[in-house]
Amino acid sequence: MTREEALFRFALRMGDNTLVLSHRLSQWCGHGPALEEDMAQTNIALDLIGQARNYLTYAGELEGKGRTEDDLAYLRTDREYTNVHLVEQPNGDYAHTIVRSFLFDAFHLPLLEGLAKSKDERLKAIAEKAVKEVTYHLRHSSEWLIRFGDGTDESHQRAQTALDDLWRFSGELFAGDEVEETLAKDGTLPVYADLRKEWDMTVDRVLDEATLKRPADGHMAGGGRKGVHTEHLGHMLAEMQVLQRTYPGAEW
Amino acid sequence: MESTNKTDWPLWEVFIQSKRGMDHKHVGSLHAADAQMAIENARDVYTRRGEGNSIWVVRAADVHASRPEDQGSFYDPSDDKVYRHPTFYPLPEGVKYM
Repeated sequence: MTREEALFRFALRMGDNTLVLSHRLSQWCGHGPALEEDMAQTNIALDLIGQARNYLTYAGELEGKGRTEDDLAYLRTDREYTNVHLVEQPNGDYAHTIVRSFLFDAFHLPLLEGLAKSKDERLKAIAEKAVKEVTYHLRHSSEWLIRFGDGTDESHQRAQTALDDLWRFSGELFAGDEVEETLAKDGTLPVYADLRKEWDMTVDRVLDEATLKRPADGHMAGGGRKGVHTEHLGHMLAEMQVLQRTYPGAEW
Repeated sequence: MESTNKTDWPLWEVFIQSKRGMDHKHVGSLHAADAQMAIENARDVYTRRGEGNSIWVVRAADVHASRPEDQGSFYDPSDDKVYRHPTFYPLPEGVKYM
């Protein structure tokens, strides 16, 4: 795989991860458990969509076929989306939403810290801005997980259930393929095994404070990077893309 | 001032400093379970457009206010005491911000 091909695929993966999680979080808008938390979650969704725009624009340029960020977001099917399964999982109860964010944020932050030192100037610039945003995302999801875990019997139970449900999507975060390997060789990407160590430390520290039990690593879902998804992504995209699909080229 | 509903988070008053050296101004209130959550909620609700440099929060129940019915006896007596204003001498030239 050439470096250009790998770079395009990686930019697309990052764009898809941030876009899909952003859309999931935006589904809470107007439905949050409290006004303050509603705004916090939509702020995070806006941070992520800003990042997604940067990655998808870059991916379109690298591909060189004239596709814009909007073409990539609204005119690809689920089989063409390359996000990890974790971020496409439904919102569930608030514990599921928080655990999903936490598991992703704990991976996202060290990845961005590595990208901020990337040899690729464009990825470096995107990451330097995003790292501050994601530092707050991780703080927000960690705080809530600790409150839930170390809260009432019911909140503890719901947090543990969410953790047990979503754990099988955590392995895929680090399951890079030839794309990540190619780019790690010349210092464009950090090494995923190193990210895993940081993720483990963050997860263990927060779960310990939250008095939650780290689930055992069983079968790990995967395939998102290749366009193989859970049933949930298609439904989400149908809703997200309906306007462009119904009125192609519509602008406002 | 405590909420009557025990399941509601308490109310907090929020003060934001927009720039170093400026004072913290009262910007509004919000609900939160404790001080840390109040600061984070204040960040999310009141600093979205770059207003913030520093945040103070204080529980609304800890703010003690003067009573409206005391207005007459508190403030009216100072109305006719102009000699308390430092306006009876000329400012030297070059003094700014007075």
